[in-house]
Amino acid sequence: MCAAATSKIEVTVPEGVKLPIFMDNHSTTAVDLRVVHAMLPFFTNHYGNAASRNHVFGWTAEAAVENARGQIAALLGGDAKEIVFTSGATEANNLAIKGVASFYKKQGNHIITVETEHKSILDTCKRLERDGYEVTYLTPQKDGLVTPEMITSVMTDKTILVSIMLANNEVGVVQDVNAIGAAIKAKNPKTLFHTDAVQGVGKVPFDVEKAKVDLVSVTAHKMYGPKGIGALWVRRKPRVRIDPIIDGGGHERGMRSGTLPVPMIVGFGKAAEIAKAEMADEAVHLKALRDRLYNGITSKLTETYVNGSMEHRLPGNLNISFAFVEGESLLMALKDVAVSSGSACTSASLEPSYVLRALGAGDDLAHSSIRFGIGRFNSEAEIDYVVDLVVKSVERLRTLSPLWEMHQDGIDISTIQWTPH
Amino acid sequence: MAYSDKVIDHYENPRNVGTFKTEADVDSSEVGMGLVGAPACGDVMRLEIRVKDGLIADAKFKTFGCGSAIASSSLATEMIKGMTLDQAAQITNTTIVEELNLPPVKIHCSVLAEDAIKAAIEDYKKKQAK
Repeated sequence: MCAAATSKIEVTVPEGVKLPIFMDNHSTTAVDLRVVHAMLPFFTNHYGNAASRNHVFGWTAEAAVENARGQIAALLGGDAKEIVFTSGATEANNLAIKGVASFYKKQGNHIITVETEHKSILDTCKRLERDGYEVTYLTPQKDGLVTPEMITSVMTDKTILVSIMLANNEVGVVQDVNAIGAAIKAKNPKTLFHTDAVQGVGKVPFDVEKAKVDLVSVTAHKMYGPKGIGALWVRRKPRVRIDPIIDGGGHERGMRSGTLPVPMIVGFGKAAEIAKAEMADEAVHLKALRDRLYNGITSKLTETYVNGSMEHRLPGNLNISFAFVEGESLLMALKDVAVSSGSACTSASLEPSYVLRALGAGDDLAHSSIRFGIGRFNSEAEIDYVVDLVVKSVERLRTLSPLWEMHQDGIDISTIQWTPH
Repeated sequence: MAYSDKVIDHYENPRNVGTFKTEADVDSSEVGMGLVGAPACGDVMRLEIRVKDGLIADAKFKTFGCGSAIASSSLATEMIKGMTLDQAAQITNTTIVEELNLPPVKIHCSVLAEDAIKAAIEDYKKKQAK
């Protein structure tokens, strides 16, 4: 019998591949050099405050900010005047939800969202619950999707806001926001629709008019722009109102005070412009790499499970569980490849991924999940190396796994009386 | 989080992996098996001891879990070889924590290894009592 080795495995690094490999592009992305070049003059030469109205330094900075506003609005299909710059998407999500909840509290106190949303949505909603708001957290289907009917069936005349993300940061599932927006507005035109579009914008087609959204959160660093700059798009026609959560000099039409970080905004604008121009071609490239990764892994390994819909998914995302292998131990084997896991051991809370649990994956498969986030700068040779490394590492860890042995012996591990600890 | 060199060593070159079940020369009455943890918690350890003349002559393990869990059980098999059952039963998780330099968040891995040793001894004694 030829068993896989229990000791350290050897994997050849193909020519042209440099370690470590970054394949965690849902966490953040490298800044595109074109973006860096656009930003540099605004650190050293054009360093004026965009709010300075009485000298050329201020005017130059303001013009650059307005240009960036236009670039970002164009990517979203909206108007430049509808962009409110924030420090990132966490702030944009906070501003959208708290801002709407506060401004429209006389109209109602009910908010609808989904269990698989980002923590900056869920934790904001939890805080509002403590302040007397009512929040409905929908459980998505097993494939991660939320149907329009799931939303409209829980809408009441007190529902002021529905917040549904465009694409999920863990499983990459892309919601049909166009159908969702249409259904919400058909049921109650006054109910506002917010989408956290951080992972989806610039990756999959999205348009504020087609989705009938009122508020959209975006951030630069997920689209090859700098960290520390995001935006909330706030509809002007019909006008959507929000109360600010940061008070001060009245910047951003009073919705978000604070001096604008001009170099970051310029970079955000450039990143958005590139995304708009290259999204279609890039999606083809990313999907080809993702499929190569998926096919490479699944042609050699059994008992792997893709988490979330494969069809409605970001082109660069693969979230897959390797049954009978614990995620963190696999990450350890993939130490030259930056990916992430839904395993409890990789989280501060020691709980497995709440997203995978909401999909009903079962805790054992959540512990066994790995998220690959393929991005603009990944190559085919890198994918081939990762396939080889993943396959050999999973095979090795399975030789160490009592659960794999039981599975091989035909024992159903769900019938065993385990002692949770 | 960085792992200690010892954890990495045991993870990359685990000692005593396997089972006595498939070894023809081993009489099952000499073997005690401890299976602890749960798949839903992200770690399961199976530790087997082979007892001869009152001493743990050999030990084997398999672990589903993080690198620290694999290292803890690998180290446990090394430690108990040659010990009497009483000596092995007195091993506590703190010895494993110190030996592997486990951070606080990984202490439960060492606790599981201690439990696995105790469960294997218990299983062996039960078999002998029959």
